[in-house]
Amino acid sequence: MNKSHFNRRDFIKAAGVIGGLSFSCAVFSMANKPPMGRVVIIGGGYAGTTAAKYIRLWSLGAVEVIVIEKSSQFVSCPMSNLVLGGTRTIHDLTFSYDLVKKNHGVKWVEDEVISINTEVKKVMMKRGEISYDRLIVAPGVDFNYEVLPELKTTEAQQKIPHAWKAGWQTVNLRKQLEAMPDGGVFVMTIPKAPYRCPPGPYERACQVASYFKTNKPSSKVIVLDANAEVISKKGLFLKAWAELYPSIVDYRPDSPIKSVDVASKTISTDFEKIKAHVLNVIPPQTAGKPAKMANLLEPDYPWCEVDFLTYESKTVPYVHIVGDSVASGLPKSAHIATSQARVCASAIVELMKGQSPDPAPVFANTCYSYVDDKQAMHVANVFRYDAPKKIMVPAEGGGVSAKPSQEEGVYAKAWAQNIWADVLT
Amino acid sequence: MFKIHFKLILISSVYWAAYAQASEDISISAVNLHTRVLAASCAACHGTLGRAVTGSSLERNAVLAGRDPEDFTKKMFGFKDGSRRGTVMHHHAKGLTEAEIKQLALFFSQQKSAEIDPLNPQTLNTHHE
Ligand SMILES: Cc1cc2nc3c(=O)[nH]c(=O)nc-3n(C[C@H](O)[C@H](O)[C@H](O)COP(=O)(O)OP(=O)(O)OC[C@H]3O[C@@H](n4cnc5c(N)ncnc54)[C@H](O)[C@@H]3O)c2cc1C
Repeated sequence: MNKSHFNRRDFIKAAGVIGGLSFSCAVFSMANKPPMGRVVIIGGGYAGTTAAKYIRLWSLGAVEVIVIEKSSQFVSCPMSNLVLGGTRTIHDLTFSYDLVKKNHGVKWVEDEVISINTEVKKVMMKRGEISYDRLIVAPGVDFNYEVLPELKTTEAQQKIPHAWKAGWQTVNLRKQLEAMPDGGVFVMTIPKAPYRCPPGPYERACQVASYFKTNKPSSKVIVLDANAEVISKKGLFLKAWAELYPSIVDYRPDSPIKSVDVASKTISTDFEKIKAHVLNVIPPQTAGKPAKMANLLEPDYPWCEVDFLTYESKTVPYVHIVGDSVASGLPKSAHIATSQARVCASAIVELMKGQSPDPAPVFANTCYSYVDDKQAMHVANVFRYDAPKKIMVPAEGGGVSAKPSQEEGVYAKAWAQNIWADVLT
Repeated sequence: MFKIHFKLILISSVYWAAYAQASEDISISAVNLHTRVLAASCAACHGTLGRAVTGSSLERNAVLAGRDPEDFTKKMFGFKDGSRRGTVMHHHAKGLTEAEIKQLALFFSQQKSAEIDPLNPQTLNTHHE
């Protein structure tokens, strides 16, 4: 095979053109076929960006990788609860995609995917279209407003932000907390699992309580949880609330919400109506929109079934799904998203070489939660492929911290710095 | 593994050459598939290829690149059998096999250490969601 038609200079030129905002989609349809094929990745979040980097690394650059991401910047959900607590700003969690593009020759298109044709292997965006040999769908979660139609509009979300995708909604929620008078009531609601980041809502309750404790000590945090109990780090969170915020945090399990009156910020459950000064509804979640466009969801379950050796869809060939959109017993965390992405990347490189992927992948997950401005605690597990069951299962020996500590607060910060550097450089 | 590596060089020499210049970490492709994915899942705390970012107070423990494989194995076996106290690592070591720990020890010992600065954040655009 002679590949000399695509030399280093062309490669850099193409990457340069695509790195810019004003690319022409013709670049993709007319460019010569890369040596081992082309992978298109929808979503440049934790999962998608990691898959892009590692496919380039492990294929020694022989697989062309094109990421389609609608946002111009990477904003981290992990650590974003600290913005509500007041120890970080959103700008501490916002990063450029430039280094990962440049270091690994990842081609990048800033655009929104609007439809996908898996028959002809093509992705349509607002400003162009791209064909693929293999597609990775990594769009994170979508919010299900069918059950809460009153919160669907931008105006409603201005008043009642979800702040469950880090960005201006996070800033909005923080501003509302700052503006709230002492003695006010903050109400937050948690949807039924599975949702993105199992311990995230409980960490959020701690962060808002921590802010109130020093600044607005007569205020309350009411947590309405649709689940029957705290679903992650249960003992540790209950203890943290009892010890650190006894007069502030009021946790109410088994409290699914029925409706929201947006104008008065009043929330109704089966049992009660609560009027909030500041209201944060974390909506029920499903796989991201692009997963729906490619018909990857289960008929009666809003997530995508995959083969855990390759993350290829169980229903649509040549389409892989990684990150929060995957149906699995794994927690929907950033660390898991990156681990899934690497199993998928490794498998795709092998498949494109005509070889078999690892028949028994193993990876780790560590997830920290801050209980105040300094102390954190972890849940950590190794997950192994179970061949008879064909799923990833927790290995023996995983577990949680004995108690939150400042030492783990430092670990948690190091986790964030390292995962950001791994994903984005 | 060497064979695959060699074949790949032949079929895509130009690509390989271009990318090799940008990345000095080519050796990682020759590692077995199981270990390359497992080792990479340590990156969330220990950095890509065990090159933890500098400046954190944990740096000394966090850097795995270039670590003596015997030291690595001794510590991980200690976390695994409970003879060594861990904050987090016992929850990982117990879930790994002895063979995996040895593979990881070898993998990280072969990586060159490097200064990795924490990533610089930037101001969030007004047009972001
Ligand atoms: C408050 C909070 C705290 C958290 N804390 C932690 C933590 O401490 N540790 C941890 O491990 N995890 C944490 N998580 C979970 C973590 O954020 C997610 O698990 C992770 O982001 C999942 O990665 P992903 O790639 O699947 O999705 P995302 O990171 O959301 O990436 C999806 C990307 O796809 C893009 N996209 C979507 N649709 C389109 C389209 N149509 N066209 C183009 N692009 C599109 C989006 O713009 C986005 O960039 C937290 C989450 C929240 C909300």
